[in-house]
Amino acid sequence: MTEIDQASKIREIIEAYPADQRFALAAMQDMQHAFNYIPEEGLSALATYLGCAEAQLYSMATFYKALSLTPKGEHIVKICNGTACHLRGAMNLATELKRNLGIDPGQTTEDGEFSVELVNCLGSCALAPVMVVDGTYHNKLRVEQIPGIIDSYASAAKEVTAND
Amino acid sequence: MINGTENILVCCGTGCIANGALGVADAIEAELAARGLSDDVQVKVTRTGCSGECEQGPIVRFMPRDLMYYRVKDRDAKAIVDSLDGEPVKKLLFKKDGQTYEHMDDNPFYALQHKVVLRDVGIIDPLNIDEYIARGGYEGLKKALQMTPDEIITEVEKSGLRGKGGAGFPTGRKWRTAAGYDVFPKYIVCNGDEGDPGAFMDGSTMEGSPHAVIEGMIIGALAIGAEEGVLYIRDEYALARDHIQHAIDDAYAAGILGESIMGTDHKLDLSIVRGGGAFVCGESTALMASIEGRVGEPRAKYIRSVQRGLFDHPTVLNNVESLASIPTILREGGEKYAEVGTEKSKGTKVFAMVGKVKHTGLVEVPMGTTLRTLIYDIGGGIIDDRPFKAIQTGGPSGGCIPEELLDLPVDFDTLVEYGAMMGSGGMIVMDDRSCMVEVARYYVDFLCEESCGKCTPCREGLRQMRAILTDICEGRGKPGDIELLERIGRTMQDASLCALGRTAPNPVMTTIKFFRDEYEAHIDRRECPAGVCADLTQFAIDASACTGCGMCSRACPAGAISGERKEAHVIDPAKCIACGSCREACRFNAVLTERRPS
Repeated sequence: MTEIDQASKIREIIEAYPADQRFALAAMQDMQHAFNYIPEEGLSALATYLGCAEAQLYSMATFYKALSLTPKGEHIVKICNGTACHLRGAMNLATELKRNLGIDPGQTTEDGEFSVELVNCLGSCALAPVMVVDGTYHNKLRVEQIPGIIDSYASAAKEVTAND
Repeated sequence: MINGTENILVCCGTGCIANGALGVADAIEAELAARGLSDDVQVKVTRTGCSGECEQGPIVRFMPRDLMYYRVKDRDAKAIVDSLDGEPVKKLLFKKDGQTYEHMDDNPFYALQHKVVLRDVGIIDPLNIDEYIARGGYEGLKKALQMTPDEIITEVEKSGLRGKGGAGFPTGRKWRTAAGYDVFPKYIVCNGDEGDPGAFMDGSTMEGSPHAVIEGMIIGALAIGAEEGVLYIRDEYALARDHIQHAIDDAYAAGILGESIMGTDHKLDLSIVRGGGAFVCGESTALMASIEGRVGEPRAKYIRSVQRGLFDHPTVLNNVESLASIPTILREGGEKYAEVGTEKSKGTKVFAMVGKVKHTGLVEVPMGTTLRTLIYDIGGGIIDDRPFKAIQTGGPSGGCIPEELLDLPVDFDTLVEYGAMMGSGGMIVMDDRSCMVEVARYYVDFLCEESCGKCTPCREGLRQMRAILTDICEGRGKPGDIELLERIGRTMQDASLCALGRTAPNPVMTTIKFFRDEYEAHIDRRECPAGVCADLTQFAIDASACTGCGMCSRACPAGAISGERKEAHVIDPAKCIACGSCREACRFNAVLTERRPS
């Protein structure tokens, strides 16, 4: 996305809401959705629009888990660490992911391909432990299945690059 | 031939969808279409909300025959459609003691339930307002529109309804106080920010019966004189949000919301605010701060929200389950609702039962049902029939309850006397392979991340607790740690600003109270009796029990297990990371848990 595209997208998102503080969270969530993070330009544009301090929005962006100020990877791997998943071995999944990707939850691989997140209960406790990659659920997951799953996403990404 | 209309209900709750329910529904529809049966007159497919027994999903049910199929796959579509006018598909029926059963209530998981909040969930298409209306939906609202606010509130008071988010404050009293202030505008807010790990009651209710929540909000708004309402729904609950939004749009189109509710002069506007992913926003004042577009920090409640809440105006905040109980209370009368339950806790409660229990799922039972009934009769007992150790109720603010207290009735007040609480309805069952110290650390870790940081006892107390518990779990526990945890816990209970901080020590305090020996084993003997804490545990294979099936070596992520087929396997302690995958994989109890030499 070019800078101009990004700026116009930011404007489009912000102006969909009335200039009222109560829509600050919603506008930031929309930016998060559009860019996978909230660009600095987005924060300042929103602050100007709402007439509030940028620091106030910054405090929200760092407070709410749904918002992020740094870009996330191409593929988002979420390990559910709700209680049911935790009891059924969610942390073992995290350890195995670290062995595969070399990153802890909350980090992104250097090539920008994967982000790993440890998330709160996804409400699918019957299927614990659950890992969600780009919205696809992997249920009752066993540690030994992880390398195959990661490979399938990694190779898909590489093929796309090769075709470019 | 098929007689009359057959309705094929396919459970499309979050659990069943993750198990492939949408594919099942599509496959059945395709099969019907292929046979020229897709006409709604003969048979229709309804994608319903959560039918409860998530562990056995996807679930398909025929109505009116009440034939229930479990663990359905796409490829079963043909056999299922065949069975519309023939014999049921045996392999998909409920089985017990070698017998198969056809009806929902043949399964004790369902037979012991009493559905009020969930009466339509799993039966109707949540995206179809007409199906809700056909089952008596919006009848309660019609009645309420002919009543004065005082009469509505009196009806709710008669029902004895208490806030089902966990606090148990009488809903009628809350409404009456808010109705008493003549400051306008007033607001009604639905708390759908269900953040307790292992709990999905409210999410499933919003997904499966969104109109019940909306009807409850409209009735509440009439009672207190509000003309604007907000549903604050957790960020992770995309499906619930979609269904609520769809229901709001339909209610506007049907003249149930908006400028004139059902042709009267009453008006109400409802909108959704998407949560930002912060557990503390389930706390009422933090939730309102979040709706106002600020950081979700609680405030001290010298002035109650019913007087000055959202935008400093009188606000009633009710939980999803409380609101979804309201339509039935108005339709059938408060006294009818109060016929079930205990003296001080009326009606029913929805629980999400998860963890090491056989039938994970969503259940609704009369208040006062015992934990034993919930776990063993409804839940079917512990997975692999392992010994029960504890049940964790009330989420991170709750406590761990041991075997000897399983015959206590579950209601708002009883568990509190034992240092635990019923809470919002999450129930996590733990077996002998769950380490209670590690569980306490898990909750403290969760709360440490979620503490907003505004008040010191909660922010610093949790950090210190986490450090001590981590030390204990990793073999660095010292004498005096238990007492120190208790002191920090008491300070937090007394001095924290909001309920999150005041209840945060509960998991630690109850595990110390009921499982002190496990703490002592970690500290005094550097041993984790459950075999969970990796720094204290190693595994070995009992050669006499090992059949050499190889399940463990395939499960081992570290490649630490070797052995010939049909011969006893061996674990290399140098490679073993003590994850316990081999123990879970072994069907012959041949993996032994040992203390790791320091």
